[in-house]
Amino acid sequence: MVDITPRAVDAIPPAEVPEVELYHPRSWWTTYVFAQDAKVIAIQYACTALAIGLVALVLSWLMRLQLGFPDAFSFITPEAYYQFITMHGMIMVIYLLTALFLGGFGNYLIPLMVGARDMVFPYVNMLSYWIYLLAVLVLVTSFFAPGGPTGAGWTLYPPQAILSGTPGGQDWGIILMLSSLILFIIGFTMGGLNYVVTVLQGRTRGMTLMRLPLTVWGIFTATVMALLAFPALFVACVMMLFDRLLGTSFFMPAVVEMGTQLQHRGGSPLLFQHLFWFFGHPEVYIVALPAFGIVSDLISTHARKNIFGYRMMVWAIVGIGALSFVVWAHHMYVSGMNPYFGFFFATTTLIIAVPTAIKVYNWVLTLWRGDIHLTLPMLFALAFIVTFVNGGLTGLFLGNVVVDVPLSDTMFVVAHFHMVMGVAPILVVFGAIYHWYPKITGRMLNQTMGQFHFWVTFLGAYAIFFPMHYLGLVGVPRRYPELGQTAFIPDSVHTLNAFISIAALIVGFAQMVFLFNLIWSIRHGKEAGGNPWRATSLEWQTPHTPPRHGNWGKELPVVYRWAYDYSVPGAPQDFIPQNDPGTGRTAMGMA
Amino acid sequence: MAETTLTNTHMAQARPQGWRGIAADWSSDQRAFKNVSWGKAMMWIFLLSDTFIFGCFLLSYMTARMSTTVPWPNPSEVFALQIGGSDIPLILIAIMTFVLISSSGTMAMAVNFGYRHARRKTAILMLLTAVLGATFVGMQAFEWTKLIREGVRPWGNPWGAEQFGSSFFMITGFHGTHVTIGVIFLIIIARKVLRGDYDVGRRGFFTSRRGSYENVEIMGLYWHFVDLVWVFIFAFFYLW
Repeated sequence: MVDITPRAVDAIPPAEVPEVELYHPRSWWTTYVFAQDAKVIAIQYACTALAIGLVALVLSWLMRLQLGFPDAFSFITPEAYYQFITMHGMIMVIYLLTALFLGGFGNYLIPLMVGARDMVFPYVNMLSYWIYLLAVLVLVTSFFAPGGPTGAGWTLYPPQAILSGTPGGQDWGIILMLSSLILFIIGFTMGGLNYVVTVLQGRTRGMTLMRLPLTVWGIFTATVMALLAFPALFVACVMMLFDRLLGTSFFMPAVVEMGTQLQHRGGSPLLFQHLFWFFGHPEVYIVALPAFGIVSDLISTHARKNIFGYRMMVWAIVGIGALSFVVWAHHMYVSGMNPYFGFFFATTTLIIAVPTAIKVYNWVLTLWRGDIHLTLPMLFALAFIVTFVNGGLTGLFLGNVVVDVPLSDTMFVVAHFHMVMGVAPILVVFGAIYHWYPKITGRMLNQTMGQFHFWVTFLGAYAIFFPMHYLGLVGVPRRYPELGQTAFIPDSVHTLNAFISIAALIVGFAQMVFLFNLIWSIRHGKEAGGNPWRATSLEWQTPHTPPRHGNWGKELPVVYRWAYDYSVPGAPQDFIPQNDPGTGRTAMGMA
Repeated sequence: MAETTLTNTHMAQARPQGWRGIAADWSSDQRAFKNVSWGKAMMWIFLLSDTFIFGCFLLSYMTARMSTTVPWPNPSEVFALQIGGSDIPLILIAIMTFVLISSSGTMAMAVNFGYRHARRKTAILMLLTAVLGATFVGMQAFEWTKLIREGVRPWGNPWGAEQFGSSFFMITGFHGTHVTIGVIFLIIIARKVLRGDYDVGRRGFFTSRRGSYENVEIMGLYWHFVDLVWVFIFAFFYLW
């Protein structure tokens, strides 16, 4: 390993690349609407993502109402239920989580954390947001289109996705869905290229890759993965769009529908599944890696201790990113495959547990004998670890072919993926918002509302998803709008379903409190000052809070140390900012 | 390439060679790729992403071709032209490939002259590249027309597996779109070169960034990539 400690402070080369030519807005429109400042774009991304996420939340209530009280709501037909399920899944995974972590946190934090004035190409960055917004609008349009949105399930498996029996299959639903995804990918690529190049080429003096906060590592690796995984989804969407609009047969085998032989023949539905999951599995980590990174920083900051095993944390992120490209077919065990392939994919899937476990151990070891402050971000970070371990362990079950085959179509899988890639990353999103809101607005979020939000969300999420494991083990199938009178399903299942639904409504209500808090605290929150958490990373060292256009005033910061100099023995305070020249004695110096 | 030296790094004097050099660059501050501008780095990473798109398209096509139960049309018959009474297999594709590869040559020359700030020569060579690219697209349009006349459709064709037509139109169409976009940008950048934008550091209309002759090279990266992709399409679609 090459020595990464700076030799002497004066060896750091002069700063200011000539390419730093910011676009200076001159009007209200170019400052707040067609903005090229990454911070404004970040807020635009985040607000759009939260708005569409709210739609997905409401959809989940409607689904829970139907499952908990099957005969009470006549307007939730089976078709409507499938539409809710599809849109809920697609919005949550792509339009909320991906957009929020990469477009929202990525845009806000990357330039600030690496000490740049902006993303490398602000204009392209702006286009990225507007195309994302267009994608969201196209998606929303499908709710009002004839036939409603698609009800194909978020995986959009053909052939059913484009047949008339599926809601939206022969109407506008699937067309708008696929178009929206294609737009999203184009928009995301524009942003993603910016994030990657900014991290690789736009850092400030002294900021080596191995001094980046883990937040940046997480977002960076996730973005690289997204740039390589989204192409598969792009291709799958284009081909299915052709199948639907031009009558090609990429994914469509010969189908007899209602006694009529369709025009399609000879296509391969399995090909779609491979393309989809070559995107779909990395997508899990595209959502999880930024969460891993952010949670590392939250834990280190709020436990006043350096992150345990920084290097291993970085390599674990990179390793998980690489491994996640060779596990996709574990989503397809029930589609039928050569047993040797099943063996291969089960093995790679279980190997991913190794770097993941390294991360969990390191978080726990960071907490070990730390000066733990149970602030809201810390509470959410702790909740994340618990939830993630929980969801990860059921993932080990499902990664094995023989266990997966009987469980795959039950609520057990629903419980698993909601725990591991639904609840866990969302908890990090909340923690991150509580953590960085003071930097973004200059004010703290209200503590009382925050505590209420945390406990209801955390305990409520367990009330919702923990029982689902049991539902799955007794054999309750997923994707069914109602169970009806089925002999193998005991009465207790219905009681449990009603309980889950009530819990879901309560948790949903807590999110309204959170959204209210976000708005209320802009004006009424406690003044935060520049560095309320006494954190080390660069974004807390800006001359102004909130940071102004160009982030750093006249001079770019110079970095002298890693981002985790907390409680350094002999230091005057319990944190040393990254841009503090100090005595030259850094924790990283031991590396 | 003096103008691409953007950061005066202290490693300029004694940069280790080979793998140690790569490790040293990646563990240094500011830039992982020394003396690579933001624009060039971004184009490389975009091309990596685009490679995955074309890779997925080609793999899907191969899957369809290998798993079909009906015979696949014989490319050397389908893509034959009747010239002087005899069928010459793949003649049009051979010419198209020749034209596109030649355009890579003119592009490389344009990049060379760009770094010498030879305004006129750079612009002329870029426009020549654009003409060759447009010729390629034109011949592709001719090929499409011929096949459509013969009854090839995305949903079927007279000779066999219907995935033949759909893959053909999709993949060559997607590649043709890339070439067309390339031609448009070649013309835009050639105009900027000719007008002297890169000599006086004129700001871009949309981005308000100053351009430099390096943009010619970045354009070249894209163009060579499009050519390279064609070689794979040629090999996998026409020669297989």
